[in-house]
Amino acid sequence: MTSEILPRRALQLGDLKHLTQARIALGRPGASVPTKAEQRFLMDHARARAAVWTEVDFDALAEKLKEAGFESVRVTSEAKDRAEYVRRPDLGRRLSRASQEALPAAGSDVALVIADGLSASAVEINALPVALELAKKLKAEGLSLGPVVLAENGRVAIGDPIGERLKAKVSLVLIGERPGLSAADSLGAYLTFDPRPGTPDSRRNCISNIRAGGLAAERAAEAIFRLAALMLKAKASGVALSAMESALANDPGPAEAG
Amino acid sequence: MSYRTTIEGTLFRFDGLKSLLAKASPERSGDQLAGIAAEGPVERLAAQMTLAEVPLRDFLSQELIPSETDEVSRLIAAQHDTAAFAPLASLTVGELREWLLDPAMGPAMLEAVTFGLTPEMVAAVSKIMRIKDLIAVAAKREVVTRFRTTIGLSGRLSTRNQPNHPTDDSLGIALSAIDGLLLGSGDAVIGVNPATDTASDYIRIVHLLEELRERLAVPTQSCCLGHVTVALKAMERGAPVDLVFQSIAGSQKANEGFGVDIAVLREAADAVRSLGRAPEGANLMYFETGQGAALSADAHFGVDQQTMEARAYALAREFSPLLVNTVVGFIGPEYLFDGKQIIRAGLEDHFCGKLLGLPMGVDVCYTNHADADQEDMDVLLTLLCAAGVNFVITVPGADDVMLNYQSLSHQDAVYARETLRKPPAPEFETWLREIGLIDAAGMMAQGPDLLTARLKGSRLLEHIAP
Repeated sequence: MTSEILPRRALQLGDLKHLTQARIALGRPGASVPTKAEQRFLMDHARARAAVWTEVDFDALAEKLKEAGFESVRVTSEAKDRAEYVRRPDLGRRLSRASQEALPAAGSDVALVIADGLSASAVEINALPVALELAKKLKAEGLSLGPVVLAENGRVAIGDPIGERLKAKVSLVLIGERPGLSAADSLGAYLTFDPRPGTPDSRRNCISNIRAGGLAAERAAEAIFRLAALMLKAKASGVALSAMESALANDPGPAEAG
Repeated sequence: MSYRTTIEGTLFRFDGLKSLLAKASPERSGDQLAGIAAEGPVERLAAQMTLAEVPLRDFLSQELIPSETDEVSRLIAAQHDTAAFAPLASLTVGELREWLLDPAMGPAMLEAVTFGLTPEMVAAVSKIMRIKDLIAVAAKREVVTRFRTTIGLSGRLSTRNQPNHPTDDSLGIALSAIDGLLLGSGDAVIGVNPATDTASDYIRIVHLLEELRERLAVPTQSCCLGHVTVALKAMERGAPVDLVFQSIAGSQKANEGFGVDIAVLREAADAVRSLGRAPEGANLMYFETGQGAALSADAHFGVDQQTMEARAYALAREFSPLLVNTVVGFIGPEYLFDGKQIIRAGLEDHFCGKLLGLPMGVDVCYTNHADADQEDMDVLLTLLCAAGVNFVITVPGADDVMLNYQSLSHQDAVYARETLRKPPAPEFETWLREIGLIDAAGMMAQGPDLLTARLKGSRLLEHIAP
């Protein structure tokens, strides 16, 4: 019990390091960062770069979806590879001609699109658990889900031509978010009512930071489900939906997830 | 009006000033994305050679975006000062380059032509200047602004301490800000980018920064970088606002995308002035800009991204801001592909901003999907220090945990002070010396967390620790 005898020393910033994920109290050899912290930073950057440049193993994902009882369809955007994808966001938003033929006019309530976006690891780790949880909830409410569309080199807006082609009421795009140093595996979920090419971003709703250390898959699926159900009821999404929601804001409802 | 030149028997023709500027721009993925870039290095050089022959007067007779539909164009026309333009009136773009580089044209001469130059002229001349040229000229153009610190004095470098937190947690913001202060960062501003956009969070954040600044008696300014309309609400409710912030761009349509126009910026500038928190004549606005902002809002009207960026500076200078910085590498590889493009863009923006009279800083930064890394940032910081940049932004360990990009670390600012010999603003330097963080030679003190006796005495950490 020496701590009771010795006078309590003043707190150092390092004592509070655990209270934030920011890289505080790193120390300082001259005007640089200590070797361990420097190399940890470089490793985090290497992971983030790898997440951007690695291709999602869509075959393996399709296999896992099949095991879980989901039909899936593979499509590609007009971006021919990762290098073009990164430089040309316009191409990543368009569905390739060949892919258009592959999509049936299923006419579901919700179309689920899984796109690689900017993080392969986000898709490989988080897409399947979210999809499984969401499918359960949709089924329980009697809402239909079309075939899962796996979109290679896709941006968020690729959900528009896909949703239109599938004749879905709401498109949901699960997509790898731009990786940060602290998390390279964040998945984003973008929902759009009445999707069609040319839809402005103001007509979408987004739930981001879906990952183990952020918004966990189950809570994310719950939030997505609530949003999709709301869109189907209100027949609107994006800014218009938020406006309707704030008009009803007298009822606080359940706390927003994440 | 078309421009043409024959080079070794080949005729090159450019359809108007807009196209000529775009094709003369150093390679940039954003201009390629917009479909306005030169087809290759030969056409680019031909455009640059043609541009060098263009009289500066042409820029006064040809508007890139018509004034009838664009208030930024109207502002550019209204700002132009014929008397200040007189010494340049007979020059071509190529001659302006040589005029700027001439050692006879010292700081006073450059300052005198500030409102004789339009953004388009400055953008044009930058396109035919090498990195060395951009540095040499910018280094001659001192732009000094004042609030509690004096920012931009030659030979000095200020820093924005950027203590962002993913959920705007008060403790997280405070710990990050203190980490930066202990490494000597924050004399330009302690500025938080809020993750949330409500007036109540804005008010909480500015109160927190105000308390921190007062408890430690730091001579600096604070800022919450929320939207200007949120700042207006917060000021109505009596929040302690030092600086009003806004992101701006080079066309009316692009600014509409940011939810602002000249009128609302004026309203905010008047409101913050009327709070009476600053000495008479202090600069009270803070703007951020960046190449590609207009294109990403589909509001570039076929104008290249670097010229659009310079047009944003005309809007900024209307408000005599304390701080302006380009967030150069934040926008991503579809606009600035790699370290080479980011480095050049940062130096162009700094050069153009300074010539137009802005207190120009740079957020030396990149994202993880760009082909860039911290070594590119070392290079850009070193070059900007040579160019006399007013301030840079630093965050703990170069990792912004809210915006998910990399900027400079607080240690990088120590490098600028100790290796490149760039002390901070004089008022802040005195504070650092008084509390024992730096010695008489400006070198940082050693010690665990650098918590000096005075800071320990403030029991600051005990106060904020849960």
